Amino acid sequence: MDTIAARAPVTTTAETSFERPNYLNSSYGWKSWLLTLDHKRIAILYLISVTAFFALGGIFAGLVRLELLTPEGDLMGPDTYNRVFTMHGVIMVFFFLIPAIPAVLGNFLVPLMVGAKDLAMPRLNLASWYVYNLGGLFTLWAVVHGGVDTGWTFYTPFSTTYSNTYVIPTALGIFITGFSTIFTALNFIITIHRMRAPGLSWFRLPLFIWSTYATSLIIMLGTPVIAITILLVGIERGFHIGIFDPRLGGDPVLFEHMFWFYSHPAVYIMILPAMGVVSELVGHFARKKVFGYRIVAFASVAIAVLGFLVWGHHLFVAGESVYSATVFSVLSMLVAVPSAVKVFNWTATLYEGSISYQTPMLYALGFIGLFTIGGLTGVMVATLGIDVHVHDTYFVVAHFHYVMVGGTIMAYLGGLHYWWPKMTGRLYSTFLSRLSALLVFVGFNLTFFPQFILGYLGMPRRYWSYPPEFQVLNVLSTAGATVLGVGYLLPICYFGWSLRYGAKSGNNPWGAVSLEWDTPSPPPTENFYTTPVVTHGPYEYLAEDVHNRLTQEANFE
Amino acid sequence: MNSTPLVDGHAHGDGHRHPAHQFETMEQQKETSTLGMWLFLVTEIMFFGGLFTAYVIYRHMYPDAFAAASSTLDVKWGGINTAVLICSSLTMALAIRSAQVNWRKGILIFLSLTMLLGLTFLGIKAIEYRAKFVERHVPGDVLNEPFHFELENHHEAAVAQAQDPLYPRHAEIFFALYFIMTGVHATHMIIGILILAVLWHFSRKGKFDSEYYNPLEMTGLYWHFVDIVWIFLFPLLYLLGAHTH
Ligand SMILES: [Cu+2]
Repeated sequence: MDTIAARAPVTTTAETSFERPNYLNSSYGWKSWLLTLDHKRIAILYLISVTAFFALGGIFAGLVRLELLTPEGDLMGPDTYNRVFTMHGVIMVFFFLIPAIPAVLGNFLVPLMVGAKDLAMPRLNLASWYVYNLGGLFTLWAVVHGGVDTGWTFYTPFSTTYSNTYVIPTALGIFITGFSTIFTALNFIITIHRMRAPGLSWFRLPLFIWSTYATSLIIMLGTPVIAITILLVGIERGFHIGIFDPRLGGDPVLFEHMFWFYSHPAVYIMILPAMGVVSELVGHFARKKVFGYRIVAFASVAIAVLGFLVWGHHLFVAGESVYSATVFSVLSMLVAVPSAVKVFNWTATLYEGSISYQTPMLYALGFIGLFTIGGLTGVMVATLGIDVHVHDTYFVVAHFHYVMVGGTIMAYLGGLHYWWPKMTGRLYSTFLSRLSALLVFVGFNLTFFPQFILGYLGMPRRYWSYPPEFQVLNVLSTAGATVLGVGYLLPICYFGWSLRYGAKSGNNPWGAVSLEWDTPSPPPTENFYTTPVVTHGPYEYLAEDVHNRLTQEANFE
Repeated sequence: MNSTPLVDGHAHGDGHRHPAHQFETMEQQKETSTLGMWLFLVTEIMFFGGLFTAYVIYRHMYPDAFAAASSTLDVKWGGINTAVLICSSLTMALAIRSAQVNWRKGILIFLSLTMLLGLTFLGIKAIEYRAKFVERHVPGDVLNEPFHFELENHHEAAVAQAQDPLYPRHAEIFFALYFIMTGVHATHMIIGILILAVLWHFSRKGKFDSEYYNPLEMTGLYWHFVDIVWIFLFPLLYLLGAHTH
């Protein structure tokens, strides 16, 4: 890379975007944003909302880690602690992890990547943002009034009968927000089906589109089930009907089945778009066609389908029969196959690629490492014997944070860094962004790796205090969380800085060959000046192409 | 804002129709909204599917209590309502047919009939609900009086209760599911009628003809779907206990 950097820059980047208006400067004022039908502006609106919820969820996470700094419950009592970790889970899962990549990156990129002028239903898209915020308001109302203490899983009959906290407003918030997710998913599916540019066949689609499509399928099939489950919980709690209350003849395990029928696939709603982002990053920063493109594409669909058949692994110790537990255990391990296929194919793509270690790529590589650990420990907890031992311990907590935080958030940040010039036309500090990638990676591992050990040693989750011998590992974890917090704060600072002071990025700062870079950055409101005609796949880098574009990129650095 | 509530499209008064800005052609717009409607119905199937699953599981757990509770529902009213809804599906289809053959008055007539039949269904449902309220077959503490379920004249059920003191609670679960399932269904009916009213308004303004009637067709799909849900609800809820009489 260094030798290439020394060469003369290739100046092919025409600054057309600054001659003709783009989606950011085509109109001004609050109204032009709050009533916009432009998917790109809606993506920015989502970015703001989602970031706010992420910050709130992060504050609750910080409180949890602060309380666990010492074995005694000196910062808060058990009741407060229950509320704090519940609000952390509810906000992060339903208001950040599920919408983050689809609603921000997906909204911005799907029409650009399929060469369309907008999503198929722009009004529905704007409605989804309002519905999301309405749901968020209900949940915030509950937070302000004292929160919920059921855990994000709302297990019955505790949530329906015994909890004295704001279960119904929170559940209502989740119910409402579910619609926004469905609107977005519906829009994506019909857009991908019916609005692709001429020549853009299914196997010329970027892998991000494939994974977004698979994610949307899960959302459409799963979200209605959690909606009805939440509705039943609300009715039971409101009218004292015993659908899930064993005292009244109800079956609490049925709730667990219905809840996890959605909430396990919800894990794939979080991780599949992340995998899509990583496929893009790996392909573009290795300057190679993603190895086994079709297999990676179908692996997304396979994960979506298999993801619906494994929910019972959450009920191994809930009185499930040995036979169904065995079946669910085997099926759960089966999901590891398409997931591993992806990891292997990313690695194979890197092999002999011309890799450049730009910030987005650092995040992508971090994702691959952390997701691999999260996935492998997933196979461990899918194993009946091990699960009985580690169930409800910090081992499980560490496992799903490796997938959701180490996986989804790493990819989300990687994607944001990669497409930031596309979204804003600005560049951010290379040094600070690389530093943040490093801090996030180190901070994350320091936070959550000790939790594997804690869990294996038997520290249960959801307790505000613990025996003193666990303190060292907990202190490490809290220290890591601090580093992680700094790593997350940095991008907010330099992204904000770049909006005003960042250098202009030009149309294609990474020299990528996929469709979304084939139009100015930031794009015009109609995305493309003329409907593009697609003649090649998204990762078809020619040898000289690679050379030229690397030069360009080195120049940009 | 000259577009219909169901699809983002423009139907200008000059007789020339342009697709919404994001589409290339009217045909693409139509195909896209049709696919969107079918996908929406898939989410509806999953939504009701969750309820049906809960119902099937409890029916399997408490067959006697469910049969006994089911037999208190009025098959006559349920049957009439089934017929009413099937008729309304027919009138809905005829409204679309009227648009296809450019009979604008026909659209108005059949949309009105469909709404009327929908309201008839809801009226009958209200009569049935009232009966349940009078008999205190309302679960939980919705009413001031507690849930009450008599078993006299019902030998099998009486035996079952002797074996399981929670027997009335099981019947209560039946009624809970009855009210939730029919209530969610009725909510869908109300939404459908509201959409029909909007379409009626647009039809009066002459928005629909053989060239453009997509919103009618989409609403038709929704309306038929809501009917089909009832076709499943009726035997599950009403006919279950019939054989024990
Ligand atoms: Cu799971």
